[in-house]
Amino acid sequence: MLIHTLGAYAQRNTDDHPPAYTPGYKTSVLRSPKNALISINETLTEVTSPHFSPNLFGAKDNDLILNYAKDGLPVGERIIVHGYVRDQFGRPVKNALLEVWQANASGRYRHPNDKFIGAMDPNFGGCGRTLTDENGFFIFRTIKPGPYPWRNRINEWRPAHVHFSLIADGWAQRLISQFYFEGDTLIDTCPILKTIPSEEQRRALIALEDRNNFIESDSRCYRFDIHLRGRRATYFENDLT
Amino acid sequence: MNAWNFQELKETPSQTGGPYVHIGLLPQQANIEVFEHNFNNQLTNEKTQGERIRLEGQVFDGLGLPLRDVLLEIWQADANGVYPSHADSQGKSVDPSFFGWGRTGANFETGFWSFDTIKPGAVAGRKGSTQAPHIAVVLFARGINLGLHTRIYFDDEVEANANDPVLNSIEWATRRQTLIAKRTEVDGEVVYRFDIRIQGEDETVFFDI
Repeated sequence: MLIHTLGAYAQRNTDDHPPAYTPGYKTSVLRSPKNALISINETLTEVTSPHFSPNLFGAKDNDLILNYAKDGLPVGERIIVHGYVRDQFGRPVKNALLEVWQANASGRYRHPNDKFIGAMDPNFGGCGRTLTDENGFFIFRTIKPGPYPWRNRINEWRPAHVHFSLIADGWAQRLISQFYFEGDTLIDTCPILKTIPSEEQRRALIALEDRNNFIESDSRCYRFDIHLRGRRATYFENDLT
Repeated sequence: MNAWNFQELKETPSQTGGPYVHIGLLPQQANIEVFEHNFNNQLTNEKTQGERIRLEGQVFDGLGLPLRDVLLEIWQADANGVYPSHADSQGKSVDPSFFGWGRTGANFETGFWSFDTIKPGAVAGRKGSTQAPHIAVVLFARGINLGLHTRIYFDDEVEANANDPVLNSIEWATRRQTLIAKRTEVDGEVVYRFDIRIQGEDETVFFDI
């Protein structure tokens, strides 16, 4: 009888990701290695990762509408974002740390280096976090961010987007990316989104309107699923250790 | 497309962390108080076993200028070489007072970053080999489309480094030294200096892990 243990993560398909050097996104020109990455055989270092206890989290950590509200509600479109985190083989990713950050409804970030004229909102912070559940499900509530201008070419504008970060079961799965909102016309002109080589993969970053999960007289809803690398099972020699 | 291919999911594509990565990952550095418990660069508490060390350095771009908006994370084993992770299969017990992971941002003016941690023990390598003590590092920043992975080794582990399977897999032997941190002592504290050069002369080795 074949007994299975877990082996390495499947190799990252570099064609599914932006290359490091992408001159249309100007900052990458001096911040990309000239040498090719060196691929290594995974060891325990790459297949292990920290565990975050639910005790670390506060009750409003995944509620960006309320977690910074001081004297009232933040201004803007009330939305819920939910979805599932799975690995590439379709298995749910449980207890993964999902962290998000974003601009407010004006497209202004609460950050010392953001000087955009768009108004700050004293009741909106712009960060949240949660752990996925047993099914890989996550949910958070927020204000839909506005698009915002930035200096790449002089009249460049980011589509509305939410940044997200995942720490899951293996260090090799560590991922930071951004998701966008269905129907935003700026999606087609964004040089950051264009660093991704394939149309199919660019579409994988667009959250879809989830009409049946709107809450009447309260919030709209977007559905966004995330896929991480997955581990192969080992039925024969396990070389990992 | 070949209709006979079975359907596997593609990994969600990476995007840059952007210049305001601190808002979400280090809100305290952006002066945002939202969370009761913030993640930081302190991996030790009074009960943690092992030799206390400080890791510090800067990250430089292709012009030799420090990145002042970079975010770094480290992941490492405890003093006995065991990872605080259910995926560690060595069967040894892990230090219960060690989390193994930390996060920091470079200083907005100087670009210096640091971690307070312990020196990790040697970890099993593949096929019965032993890896030299090392710390996994990943960096995210504006201009970096996919997090850059590297490893920190220690210059006082000459023999272990010489036998390390990952270092020895770098065929350009002169590049291996870009992964070795330099030990110094500052006011009785052990400090390892590790500078990261993203591009150009003495470019740090980055891994596809």
